[in-house]
Amino acid sequence: MKLLTFTLRETPPERLDLSQLTPEGLAGLSAKEISEIRLGMSKRGLKVGDIFRVSGSDVKNIVFEGGSSRFDGVGTEMGEGSIRVAGDVGAQAGRKMRGGQLLVEGSAGPHAGSCMRKGRLEVLGDAGDHLGGPLAGELAGMNGGVLIVRGRAGDYAGDRMRRGVAAVLKGCGDYAGARMIAGTLAVTGGVGRVPGYLMRRGSILLDRMPEKLSPSFVECGAPDSVFAAVFDRYLVAEGILKRPLLGSAPGKFGGDNAVAGTGEILFRR
Amino acid sequence: MQRLTVNGVAIDDTFAEAFGMRATAIIITGPNRKWARQAAITMTGFATSVIGCGCEAAIDVELPASETPDGRPGCRVMIFAVSTDELQKQLQNRLGQCVLTSPGSACFAGLNGTADLKLGAALRYFGDGWQVSKKFGGKHFWRVPVMDGEFLCEATTGLTKEAVGGGNLLLVASSNAKALVAAEAAVEAIEKVPGAIMPFPGGIVRSGSKVGGKYKGMMASTNDAFAPTLRGVVKSELGPEDNAVLEIVIDGETSDAVAAAMKAGIAGVTALGPEKGASRISAGNYGGKLGKFHYHLKDLLP
Repeated sequence: MKLLTFTLRETPPERLDLSQLTPEGLAGLSAKEISEIRLGMSKRGLKVGDIFRVSGSDVKNIVFEGGSSRFDGVGTEMGEGSIRVAGDVGAQAGRKMRGGQLLVEGSAGPHAGSCMRKGRLEVLGDAGDHLGGPLAGELAGMNGGVLIVRGRAGDYAGDRMRRGVAAVLKGCGDYAGARMIAGTLAVTGGVGRVPGYLMRRGSILLDRMPEKLSPSFVECGAPDSVFAAVFDRYLVAEGILKRPLLGSAPGKFGGDNAVAGTGEILFRR
Repeated sequence: MQRLTVNGVAIDDTFAEAFGMRATAIIITGPNRKWARQAAITMTGFATSVIGCGCEAAIDVELPASETPDGRPGCRVMIFAVSTDELQKQLQNRLGQCVLTSPGSACFAGLNGTADLKLGAALRYFGDGWQVSKKFGGKHFWRVPVMDGEFLCEATTGLTKEAVGGGNLLLVASSNAKALVAAEAAVEAIEKVPGAIMPFPGGIVRSGSKVGGKYKGMMASTNDAFAPTLRGVVKSELGPEDNAVLEIVIDGETSDAVAAAMKAGIAGVTALGPEKGASRISAGNYGGKLGKFHYHLKDLLP
């Protein structure tokens, strides 16, 4: 079967909700039914057929030829199969993902991977604020799976993260790993101000010493760490990084002691 | 009757009788080869026989740094017991007292089995609340703070019910020195077989046993039929030139591993010949009724 391909006709005139265009959302639908799905957020009532040329029929493996920062909710709650976007996406890409693979070849907007639970979301470009983070009112952010941003992420990357692995390769903004509950956030290329602000547990792994840290973090020595060695090997084996991140004896800051204080910021010395 | 011989070494037409067991394996690493080995040796100490030790354990293979999960030198250790509960108890106690305590050690699962046994999932409480759980790449680890940093330990390891314990070779020689040379040759050959361990001291037993004894409560007593000093007074298995017998006991992850180990051992002993080593190879059994696995020596010749 040929991959189900949505080829963008032209830049959409308004924000689009693509949350139904997932392997689960399209299962069992005919080509005609797919072209009738409403995507527009305004009274214009834009449908799939108005925005895309559709070809192929393998709903398990979906391709968007062409993307836009107005593509919201791509891959929402997807649980299997794959989605590839040859372009940018808007807000909340991969929100509440439960499995499968979502690849964004361009950049993503805010809340990419929001509350994802399983599967793999990879963004080759940059990501906006609140990477993996919860929407207002939700208690926990990313809850499992693997989230990779090959470019830069905005502020609050890994906000309220609870499980899983998130990696940002070209640095991120302020408050990285803010309010983390657990899980692992790896950042190369530098973090902004006060990483780990109010983190309770969990690990923030950095390729250099953080410059501006909350005063409620304390310096915790730098013994040899087998965990660092094993995690470095994981990052390389998973294709996330080419070189080890932490080295064999990373430095550690413990915190945030303004809350539970059993979190850590490990950094290459 | 014409006796079967290989390179002048007589091979008895008999079989080794072995039993189904529960087994698990772990990989222990250390900052260097010496300390990886030390942790493994300490953990497998006093683990020669389930009769008195609760389990049988030994190093299966040494692993170079390139083959371990953390890139440091390591050992794969196998542990055998008669029940899952006993295996879990022995694993947990030995891990806690011998591996956790060894400088710079770490511990990983060494077997993908049908069920899980607890490793870090049991030891984590040593962390007194400061232990850290980490899940990534489909694995679950516990990090327990200790005085030289952290003890990293995978949460669980696998259990196999396909394991076999009690494969054996009896090496009969005209002198103690020759018996020892033959036994050492067998051990050296069997060490190269993956998935098979020899739990006794250096892989060798000199006090082979029979089931039961004349005294109440003795589960096993001396194998008088193979004791040279009793040659004249009991129904002996030994001939007039036989003055020493040593036994190799083998536990394997699978029945095939036991057979491969016995085959390697026979090849090692027969290659020596009777002038340097053993004049005869036999095996221990209980008439074939107790153990499910029978290894006939004539099927395992080099």
